[in-house]
Amino acid sequence: MLRLEKLVKTYKTGDQALKAVDLDIPEGQVLALIGPSGAGKSTLIRCINRLVEPTSGKVYLAGNELTELSAGALRKERRRMGMIFQEYALVERLTVMENVLSGRLGYVGFWRSFLRKYPQTDVDEAFRLLDRVGLAHMADKRADELSGGQRQRVGICRALIQDPALLLVDEPTASLDPKTSRQIMRLICELCKERGLAAIINIHDVALAQMFVQRVIGLRFGAIEFDGPPDALTPDVLTTIYGEEDWEATIEKIDGEDDEAAE
Amino acid sequence: MSAPDTDLQRLVGKPWKKPPFIQRNWLRWTLILGFFAYLVAAFMTIEVNWSRVYEGLERGKQFVLAFTSPDFTTRSGDIYEGMVESIVMTVAASVVGIGISIPIALGAARNVAPLPVYLICRSIIAISRALQEIIVAILLVAIFGFGPLAGFLTLSFATIGFLSKLLAEDIESMDRVQAEAIKASGARWSQWINYGVQPQVMPRLIGLSMYRIDINFRESAILGLVGAGGIGATLNTAFDRYEYDTAAAILLIIIVIVMALEYLSGIIRARVQ
Repeated sequence: MLRLEKLVKTYKTGDQALKAVDLDIPEGQVLALIGPSGAGKSTLIRCINRLVEPTSGKVYLAGNELTELSAGALRKERRRMGMIFQEYALVERLTVMENVLSGRLGYVGFWRSFLRKYPQTDVDEAFRLLDRVGLAHMADKRADELSGGQRQRVGICRALIQDPALLLVDEPTASLDPKTSRQIMRLICELCKERGLAAIINIHDVALAQMFVQRVIGLRFGAIEFDGPPDALTPDVLTTIYGEEDWEATIEKIDGEDDEAAE
Repeated sequence: MSAPDTDLQRLVGKPWKKPPFIQRNWLRWTLILGFFAYLVAAFMTIEVNWSRVYEGLERGKQFVLAFTSPDFTTRSGDIYEGMVESIVMTVAASVVGIGISIPIALGAARNVAPLPVYLICRSIIAISRALQEIIVAILLVAIFGFGPLAGFLTLSFATIGFLSKLLAEDIESMDRVQAEAIKASGARWSQWINYGVQPQVMPRLIGLSMYRIDINFRESAILGLVGAGGIGATLNTAFDRYEYDTAAAILLIIIVIVMALEYLSGIIRARVQ
């Protein structure tokens, strides 16, 4: 579904954020990307939809090569990749509804979007999605009136209304409290399952990642250090990704939480 | 943990001072003393002709006293015409100036425009800002003759430099991530500006526009002094005829209108936050 071949990103400052990353993601797989700050996680997902231009290498989305596309063709492909951001990245002064509908910008013409005259099917879908995340009654509120968890739900609706095949998720829980973090992660993973979407989720919280995803990629200094199922993350593996630290607590914590959930 | 302890011993018990902005002592003191020396020297070059000041005090007194008995009636026809002309100039120049400023501001924001466009737009702004209103007005009066057309063009031109520069700076300091999110959805450039940029800079645009309308009205009173129409022409005539009471009336009207605009812009800015 998504394939990265020898993806390299070297910034103008000379920092090599990605060193020839190869990655293959099948249809419908939810994948967590972990690694220390500065490992290139954010750069990696931004190179896929070319918010950051990769220096070299190829990105294939459902067989289409993205790195060589013209601006117009790239816009068409971006519609197939929904993005969810760390600080929600809602346009604060627009209403919740406008924010959700902005996910349709790639499908409607300028005047329609300028006059906010979206096709009825788009509006219906927006209400359906807002209802799914429990925010239908907030549609006409301004985005900056919402709490963090609510904003991230709107961000999820905006990504899903694009009708994407792939979700690019950049630290979705970094600014949320632990409970909301779990709810958001659960919501993202449920929605991916319902719609058969593949997703790449950048995430700091290793325990949270292990709870929800099918596959974990560990990135260090722009190279993949680990690729495997979540329960293969041993203290040794975490040490190769993050460096020396007592990892038992992190992993034990998950076991404890699982018991809690079972009760 | 023992090595830092010896360092700590050295530090404890001594006063702490914020490091000075300029590290080198001699440079810091040279700059400070040099500045004061220049200040004293500069004041000493300003010559004051005290006998002239004494004569002038009488005229100044008349001028100020005129405010106690402003004459709105004698020249009411002229004042009304001048006022209407000023308001027309202000409104027309503000609308045209702001309309032209917005695309130039987009072009002058480095995070929105490509480098060649950026350089062109910044040059336009630099030219507009370098030429002071009065100088532009004198030139345009020479081209178009006396009257409000020259004033209207002058104010439009000045609005571009002011509004484009400040709006471009606001665009450059906008939250990049909000705009990035719109781009990631596959929006075209125009949609990106409309959804990602415009909502972020709208309050500033409205605030600056109100402020510029205020400035344009005040400028329209000055431009009349060089023949570019408006209430300034009436004011100039009143001064020339030593009709200080009429001049006082005009100034009072200007003050009231500027205060009203100030009040109005305050309300509007509070509402668009």
